[in-house]
Amino acid sequence: MINALSYAELNARQRVEHLLDPGSFTEILGPSARVVSPHLALLGVPYAFDDGVVIGTGLMHDQPVLIAAQEGRFMGGGVGEVHGAKLVGLMRLALKVRPMAVFVLAESGGVRLHEANAGLIAVSEVMRAVLDVRAAGIPVVMLIGGANGCFGGMGLIARCADHVVMSDQARMSMSGPEVIESSRGVEEFDSRDRALVWRTTGGKHRFLMGDCDLLVEDDMGAFRQVAASLLGCSQKLNLQGLLDEQRVLTERLENTGQCNDAGEIWRRLGVEHPERVADMDVEQLQALKASQILGAS
Amino acid sequence: MERLDFVLAGHRPVQAFEAILVGVVGSGNLEVLVEPGDHPASCTFLINTSAVGFGAIWEAVVKGFQARHQLCGVSVSINDMGATPAVVSLRLDQAIASVPFLKAPAS
Amino acid sequence: MSGQPKVWNSQATSRAGRIRRATAVLGESLIGKVVLAASVVELLSAVIESGDRVCLEGNNQKQADFLARALTRLDPTRVNNLHMVQSVLALPEHLDVFDHGIASRLDFSFSGPQAARLAKMVAAGQIQIGAIHTYLELFSRYFVDLTPRVSLVCAQAADANGNLFTGPNTEDTPAIVEATAFKGGIVIAQVNEVVSALPRVDIPGDWVDFVIQAPTPNVIEPLFTRDPAAISEIQVLMAMMAIKGIYAEYGVQRLNHGIGFDTAAIELLLPTYAESLGLKGKICKHWALNPHPALIPAIEAGWVESVHSFGSEAGMESYVRARSDVFFTGADGSLRSNRAMCQAAGHYACDMFIGSTLQIDLHGHSSTATADRIAGFGGAPNMGADARGRRHSSPAWLKAGAQARQGRGGLYAMPRGQKLVVQMVETFREHMQPAFVEKLDAWELAERAQMEIPPVMIYGDDMTHILTEDGIANLLLCRTDEEREQAIRGVAGFTPVGLERDDRMVENLRDRGVIRRAEDLGIDKRQASRSLLAARSMRDLVRSSGGLYNPPQRFRNW
Repeated sequence: MINALSYAELNARQRVEHLLDPGSFTEILGPSARVVSPHLALLGVPYAFDDGVVIGTGLMHDQPVLIAAQEGRFMGGGVGEVHGAKLVGLMRLALKVRPMAVFVLAESGGVRLHEANAGLIAVSEVMRAVLDVRAAGIPVVMLIGGANGCFGGMGLIARCADHVVMSDQARMSMSGPEVIESSRGVEEFDSRDRALVWRTTGGKHRFLMGDCDLLVEDDMGAFRQVAASLLGCSQKLNLQGLLDEQRVLTERLENTGQCNDAGEIWRRLGVEHPERVADMDVEQLQALKASQILGAS
Repeated sequence: MERLDFVLAGHRPVQAFEAILVGVVGSGNLEVLVEPGDHPASCTFLINTSAVGFGAIWEAVVKGFQARHQLCGVSVSINDMGATPAVVSLRLDQAIASVPFLKAPAS
Repeated sequence: MSGQPKVWNSQATSRAGRIRRATAVLGESLIGKVVLAASVVELLSAVIESGDRVCLEGNNQKQADFLARALTRLDPTRVNNLHMVQSVLALPEHLDVFDHGIASRLDFSFSGPQAARLAKMVAAGQIQIGAIHTYLELFSRYFVDLTPRVSLVCAQAADANGNLFTGPNTEDTPAIVEATAFKGGIVIAQVNEVVSALPRVDIPGDWVDFVIQAPTPNVIEPLFTRDPAAISEIQVLMAMMAIKGIYAEYGVQRLNHGIGFDTAAIELLLPTYAESLGLKGKICKHWALNPHPALIPAIEAGWVESVHSFGSEAGMESYVRARSDVFFTGADGSLRSNRAMCQAAGHYACDMFIGSTLQIDLHGHSSTATADRIAGFGGAPNMGADARGRRHSSPAWLKAGAQARQGRGGLYAMPRGQKLVVQMVETFREHMQPAFVEKLDAWELAERAQMEIPPVMIYGDDMTHILTEDGIANLLLCRTDEEREQAIRGVAGFTPVGLERDDRMVENLRDRGVIRRAEDLGIDKRQASRSLLAARSMRDLVRSSGGLYNPPQRFRNW
């Protein structure tokens, strides 16, 4: 049967409502405040009252949390000046109020190109703000599950967080599929081959590769359950951690850098039947990953 | 971009309420923000739309809506990215579903 | 009396001569009935003569693409002025054959992908169109005045005797081959493989003259798959209105859906919204329909007793095989489709057709014709026409007929049923193009392409209901042209046609139930959300089918 409440189907506001304890959400700089983009009107593009991101405070299982949710259907979730400032402001608030976690429901193509440099600067400021929150020992958790995925500068920000939770429908990467195709040609990457796109950037691949640590079904209940389990779970951010990560990435490049397809990579990671991964459900994939870890030396 | 403003008389009073937002400013879609308004005997409709030249249709949609609902003391603000009247009407209906009227409409 | 005695078997003589020529030319390339692929042009050059009427399987879904390409390679100085008769112009080669001067005349039904180029070539005088037909009409003429002399068909497999297995995509082949084989014609089949034992025989070898194994499998387009992720809230609302305002109202048990997202929404609302209305068992039991993936949830929930199909749909083969109580399948377990029979079923054995359109005028004439494209209408004119030859009753048919005759005398005093023909359309299409117009673009196309009459898909006198997000207009209850016009304006929303409505007349029509809005049907528009759909993504459909449905690559996003 279909999911009771699909994360992908809901808009940003609805996701916040269903993730937090009922009625516990207090929005900051909501639509009535009308803090809108100063740039879009110049380009004849309508603004959104909340500039495409919902931020605020709330409770999760009675624990205080901060939350941000990007609206993927507004400008592709692109980060503009105001949008980015709201995210930065939320992170700075976290340093003051010390919540049990900051949740970012990311759905974005990255920098909002209409806002050019303002968008680029915003993304880098968000990145710095996220790292400040982590340094203070407050976990930053990315939840990714929208149809537009988490790309570009937002993909980079996601990997700066303590935890990345993805549904198997979700995607996380830097360059978008169409960008790869137009710069490298369709033989290199056919962006209309959706199975290929998901194999390369989707939740299952990211999970098997270790770029996302938790995989869930496209279901609000599943996201909430996993989110709650991460309250207070900050990952130490220090030089040793960065060096370890560098080592992992170097090994990954050595072991799988010549592979032409995700299936080959999975095979090298010890997956016996990579062609079955696409049709596996989340539970089966989690079991597969667990056996991989156990099997690995 | 086109900016359209309408102030239409109405007589169904409302209780105090928190701002209501429905919809998303996506292609073929719109967001509707309903808030308490300044005019006790009318409703203001403030529309920002990317589709230029459809003022007559917006007017007909908004007047039809107000004829049915007779809002007063309410302000309706819209950011629209080319939604058809079908989608606009749907969003308006969704938006006022949560507006707390003081008594049932005349008919 | 002097003079030559009349010859009565010229066709048989000609046929024998062509086959002799082919045999001589092909030599060792012909083994029994099987011709080597490399000799395809020699084969066609030998059996086709200038002026011949040639049928090429450009079906809606499958294409005899290898034979189509070969046809374009004929020498126009030796073979020209061919009269092409085919259901669908799908491939560029279908028009190249005119461009190369090999063919000059055309009778067809649908040209979707080639409609713009067809219009240009007609304007340039390269193609003379005999007529645009609906499918069943064209097949019918194969037996009267458009009999093919040579038919180029495609099948999945053949055996050495020329028996053909057309399998799930049988489509038009039986009708084409019957007409050709039994009137001295020649049948050439391209197949994907030649085997010793066929899974089943769809076309007997006696009816087939030459078989040729194509180097690549024949093209088949998945035309009937609609991704539920693309269904909008407005489409959900209109689907709710259709189910409550028409299906439930008339008790529609036997029906055909024109393909589209609107009808896909209806299919996906059966196990949810229609179930909540207690309609299971009361509507939608028997279908003339291709195997729509969107119907899977309704089938799984027990709504559907039977589906007969025009053709198959890529990815549905295993599902159909596993649901043989519902679909028509052969002894081999795979689908048997048949466009001619399914069109007949849709015409006579269905109580309702519902589909979409591009434009409707003030009389209810509906057309998808645009000024710069000659597309034709496929099966819609047949499905969307009252079956005046029908004599058996059903509750829906009797109710519609009674509504049409209510209060009328004279000729209309005789009780008679009527088929429900519903056009479902949003008042504005993309780019804010109104669906309701004072004058159909079909008039302009008729002038430009020098057609005798404007190409209309469904005529106003066959149309029984128009359904928009604004309401349902029941044309059966209209008694004057004026009422009809206002009923249409009354559901035309904020289009210029709608804004010109006579408010008083429209209110009166609403009071009489000629126009019914969502509220009148007891539908709360705010309920119209995607969460009502029994499947919201392709993956939901796959899960719904228990993994039996295997969507083509382009629809997978996992």
